[in-house]
Amino acid sequence: MYDVEKIRADFPILAREVNGKPLTYLDNGASAQKPKVVIDAINQAYSQEYSNVHRGLHYLSNLATEKYEAVRGVIAKFLNAADENHIVLNSGTTEGINMVAYSWAMPRLEPGDEILLSVMEHHANIVPWHFLRERQGVVLKWVDTAADGSLDPQAVIDAIGPKTKLVAITQCSNVLGTVVDVKSITKAAHEQGVPVLVDGSQGAVHMPVDVQDIGCDFYAITGHKLYGPSGSGAIYIHPDRMKEMRPFLGGGDMIKEVSKDQVVYNDPPMKFEAGTPGIVQTIGFGVALDYMMSLGMENIAAHEASLRDYAQAKFSGLNWLNLQGRAQGKAAIFSFTLEGAAHAHDISTILDKKGVAVRAGHHCAGPLMEHLGVSATCRASFGLYNTTAEVDQLIEALELAHELFA
Amino acid sequence: MASAAFEEIVEDFEFLEDWEDRYRHVIEQGKAMAPLEDALKVPATKVDGCASQVWLHPVIEGGKFHFDGDSDALIVRGLIAVLRCLYNGLTLAEVVAVDARSELERLGLNEHLSAQRSNGVRAMIERIRETAAAQL
Repeated sequence: MYDVEKIRADFPILAREVNGKPLTYLDNGASAQKPKVVIDAINQAYSQEYSNVHRGLHYLSNLATEKYEAVRGVIAKFLNAADENHIVLNSGTTEGINMVAYSWAMPRLEPGDEILLSVMEHHANIVPWHFLRERQGVVLKWVDTAADGSLDPQAVIDAIGPKTKLVAITQCSNVLGTVVDVKSITKAAHEQGVPVLVDGSQGAVHMPVDVQDIGCDFYAITGHKLYGPSGSGAIYIHPDRMKEMRPFLGGGDMIKEVSKDQVVYNDPPMKFEAGTPGIVQTIGFGVALDYMMSLGMENIAAHEASLRDYAQAKFSGLNWLNLQGRAQGKAAIFSFTLEGAAHAHDISTILDKKGVAVRAGHHCAGPLMEHLGVSATCRASFGLYNTTAEVDQLIEALELAHELFA
Repeated sequence: MASAAFEEIVEDFEFLEDWEDRYRHVIEQGKAMAPLEDALKVPATKVDGCASQVWLHPVIEGGKFHFDGDSDALIVRGLIAVLRCLYNGLTLAEVVAVDARSELERLGLNEHLSAQRSNGVRAMIERIRETAAAQL
C-alpha cells in the first residue's frame, strides 16, 4: 500500500508554507526535494564519518571510503547493472554525457559522421555533441516528435544510416513527459553496430530501469532529481565501451603512477574519476536510491501514473489551457500555456503567489521549443510525494491566472 | 521623491487589500499602456538579463526624462506602466535620486526587484538610472 501522506512526512520541506500558502511543489523535473534520511546521512557523514576517500589509511579515511564506495553497488542495483564496476560516479548527467563525448566519441568520430538525437533532448544531451560538430565536423541528425509529443521508435531506427556513429536519446522528455522505447531503439541500433547513449535524467526518476534489459551502452543519471543531493550522479557504461574510452579529467585518484615522463592510469571505473569527488553528495545519493527502492520503483511509477491520469482528466475540462504532449504512457510532466497573451512567466508568478512551484521557460530544450513553435511554457512535474489534492491546487491557481490575464 | 502620477498609483493601491487585486491592477495598467512600436523593438532598446523580453526606449527633452517600454509578459508590462509613472517627467538628477526599491515597496511590489527575479524590472531600473546619469 502506497501511503503518500506517510511518504510526505519523510520530506521536511513539504511542511513549509510559501507566500502564506502550503507549498505545492511541482518543479520536481528541475530538482526533487530530499527525504530526511538523506539530510540525516549528510549530517552524519560530516559530523562523524568525514575524511577524503581512497587516500589515507587512517580510520576515518577507511570509513568514508567504505561508505562512498558502497554507493557504486547501490547504483548498480538501482539500474540493474551486471557489475558495480560498470558505474562511474560523477556530478550528474551533464558530466556523464560530456565525458562520453570527450572520452569515447571525440577520438573515433570523423568529419561527416553522424550523431542521432531526438528533437526533445535536454541541452545536456545536445551541447556536448555540438562541441563535436564545431570542433571536428560531426553532423547532428534530429528525429522529430509526432503531433501528440510521442516519439515513434521506428522513426529513430529509420534515421540510422551508414554514417551514424551514436544514438543519444532521452528515456523521458523533461518537457513533455514522453517516454521513449529505448529498448527497441537500442536493439535496432546494435544490429547496425551503432552504440546507444540513454539520458536517464528523468526516466530513472519515474520508472524501474534495467540497463541490461535495455541493452544500452551508456545510461546517465542525476542524483538531485532522484531525491538525492545536488552535485551527485553516475553513468552506467557497458564494459566494451569503457575499454574504448580515454580518460576525461586528469588528476588524483585516476592514476596508479605518475612520473616526469609517463602516467599509468588506474583501472576503470576509477580511471574516469579524477580528483576528490563529491564524497558526501554521493553518500547521500546512495541513501536516496535506497529510499526509492524501499518504496519500490513499480509502486512509485503506479502512483505517478494515477496522478497523471487524474491531472489529465482535470486538464481536459479547461478549454483555455494549451497542453503540450499527450503521448500514451507519458510521465506526470505537463507543459502548458494559457489561451491569450499571458507569458509563461506571468502564469508561474501567479501560481507562485498561490504556493504552487512550477518552472517557466524553455526548460533547456531549445530545439523542442522551436519544434513546438513556442518560446516558453510552464511545466508542472510531479514526483513520488505529490497528491491529487495538489493537482486540484494547481488547477485552482491556474483558474485564477486565467481570470487575471483574460 | 516620486512624481504626482506615481503618488496617485500609491493612493489607488491603498484601497487594494490583497495581492490578487494589486496584481489585477498592475496587469490592467499594462493593458492600458500603448505598446511600443515594432520599429523601436531593436537590440539597442532590448534589456538583457530578462527571462521575458523587455524593451526600453528613453527620450530626454528639455532636461526631462521620459521613457516608453514594452514586454511580452503581462505582469512586466504592468510594472513598466508603473515605472513610467514613477520616472516620467522627472529631471535627470531626480531620476538618479529615486530609490526604486522603496517606492515599489509602497505598492507591495518590491518582490519583483529581488536578485532571484529575472523578470527584468531590476535590469530596467538600472538601464533608466544609467541613461539619466550619462546625460547629467
